[in-house]
Amino acid sequence: MTSKPIFAGVDIGASRTKVALIDTDKNLLGYGITKSGTDFQASADLCLATSLDMAHRSREEIVKSVSTGYGRKNVSFADESRTEIGCHSKGCYHYFPLAITIIDIGGQDNKIIKLDQDGRRISFKMNRKCAAGTGAFLEEMSMRLDIPIEEMDTLARQSTEMVKLGSFCTVFSATEVLENIRHGKKVPDIVKGLFFSVIKRVLEMDSLTENVVMTGGVVANNPFLVTMTEEIIRKKILVPEHPQLTGAIGAALYALEMET
Amino acid sequence: MEEKKKVERKKIEATKEMNRIMADYFYEMDDAAKTGKKKIAWCTSVGPAELLRALGFLVHFPENHGAMLGSTRMATDLIPESNAIGYSPDICSYLTADVGAYIKGITPLSRAYKGIESVPKPDVLVFNTNQCRDVQDWFAWYAQYLNVPLIGVTTHRGVSNVTKAHIQSVAEQMEGLIEPLSEISGKKFDMDEMKHILALSRECSDLWKEVLDTASAVPSPITFFDGTIHMGPAVVLRGTQQAVDYYKILLAELKDRIKNKIAAVEGERFRLYWDGMPVWGRLSAHSNLFAELKANVLASTYCNSWIFTAFDPQDPFNSMARAYIELFIVRSDAFKEKYIKDMLAFFKVDGIIYHDAKTCPNNSNCRYGMPQRLEKETGVPSLVINGDLNDLRLISDEQTKTNIEAFIEQLEENR
Repeated sequence: MTSKPIFAGVDIGASRTKVALIDTDKNLLGYGITKSGTDFQASADLCLATSLDMAHRSREEIVKSVSTGYGRKNVSFADESRTEIGCHSKGCYHYFPLAITIIDIGGQDNKIIKLDQDGRRISFKMNRKCAAGTGAFLEEMSMRLDIPIEEMDTLARQSTEMVKLGSFCTVFSATEVLENIRHGKKVPDIVKGLFFSVIKRVLEMDSLTENVVMTGGVVANNPFLVTMTEEIIRKKILVPEHPQLTGAIGAALYALEMET
Repeated sequence: MEEKKKVERKKIEATKEMNRIMADYFYEMDDAAKTGKKKIAWCTSVGPAELLRALGFLVHFPENHGAMLGSTRMATDLIPESNAIGYSPDICSYLTADVGAYIKGITPLSRAYKGIESVPKPDVLVFNTNQCRDVQDWFAWYAQYLNVPLIGVTTHRGVSNVTKAHIQSVAEQMEGLIEPLSEISGKKFDMDEMKHILALSRECSDLWKEVLDTASAVPSPITFFDGTIHMGPAVVLRGTQQAVDYYKILLAELKDRIKNKIAAVEGERFRLYWDGMPVWGRLSAHSNLFAELKANVLASTYCNSWIFTAFDPQDPFNSMARAYIELFIVRSDAFKEKYIKDMLAFFKVDGIIYHDAKTCPNNSNCRYGMPQRLEKETGVPSLVINGDLNDLRLISDEQTKTNIEAFIEQLEENR
């Protein structure tokens, strides 16, 4: 058993809680992902236990923990907290040390963050209070269409004639979806239209720079969104190995920085 | 996580005196409304209040009442009352909250001042559209509902350079108000009285400017949130001796703080500028949030809106016209950009926060690319937060908090 110190990052998102453990060389040792639910502490504890199991390490070996995300103030074992904007920046720059524009599509928040070549944050934008275009939008639509959310990516890839949806509003979009079903449109074409809608909502938030990185649970579960975005912006998009964990990894990197 | 030590925010001693003169102001008007001793005019906040005082009116400012509805968090429940009678939830939430309160027969004045049961009934309604068109529509509802005369001044919008033609147009409109107002008040217009009132208003304005300018000191002795409270007399009592006397007291206290290096926000690390309306129902929450991050939002376009340096008692109408046109809100974007740029330099600002108030487009200066242009020009980073002055349904506290914390992190990391 190694005695190298380890560092934990906990990202309590509106939809999912993620924990990442890293060592002093910034290697990802273990991670856990679960629904955030209503008890953030319990979700964080569960994820931490899973991560430690995966890393074959014990809780006592964690030198420092940093929390982030919507529930960042609700984690008793975290020593410090940082915003998800900061943690996503740090996590993405770790994987792609370039001047980058980060597009993060989360459960209820979308973010566009710009970093310079030294990793300094130049600007950031979050979606306005409306959650249209976030993971919550796709979850709502999967319920309306009675499709398991994990099947949406496969369905979207089967589309031959995408249905374009026009509304900003999730509720009105649902009405549009029903109208399209009435008109005999195919489900894969509607699902691809939903993906397209998500991408449009994100792209209207800010301009993009040369190198674009996409992260977040929505991207992790629906990689076809990345392919579609690449077609729209006509450039290759960088995606880290664990796009859903970027915030947690960034938090762990903060924890490491604080101790060194 | 360890509990962080609460950052101390220095209380302003002069507040007691301000509360006293504000109470006198509201009680005097309430008495006049009940007894008919004096006539009451309702006036827009940067309308021709000096002319109304010179003609013997006591002046009620519905925008001040709107802000009280916001800060007491009564507004959100009252706005739907106005929506139900045809006023859109997308228009000024001062208007919709104030009209809603009148329909429901309630006012925050009753909470603050025992014995006051309602806003004072007006004898005349006087608007100036230099703020926006909404003020005219707002007063028009009362004019119809209460059967009270409605008169006012229509001001140009998007003005780059204030020209003679602009001034002549507004000055003539103001002079045109004398006759109808005089008939209502029963008092003949007296030029010497007008000059006296205007001299007091100018003195109040100069002192208020000095008060706000103290924020250029490092550390700043005052915050924007203090400013939104202490501007009360500059709004509702300008043209009176009480307002002048009050700002002398406040200014002395702030100068004393500067002398003794007393910071309004203990350990001030970041100096921020606020553009746009305050979120009245979150004044305290925002003040605490910034203070905990050791950031002082110390200057604003909003509080500067009651500085009328052009007032000249020797030339009342032309100078009032000029002062009421020279206002930031009346001007072109090119002027506004230059103005904010100068403010950022004068107050030694690290970052600027734009409040995009959903129902107040005229006070939301971030909708036509200004943050991007100014950031490029000055290098001062900016943040836009979405919210509203009064309608708390348009606010996501969590989003605001994350945005502000992330902005301060950015400033910290880029130091």
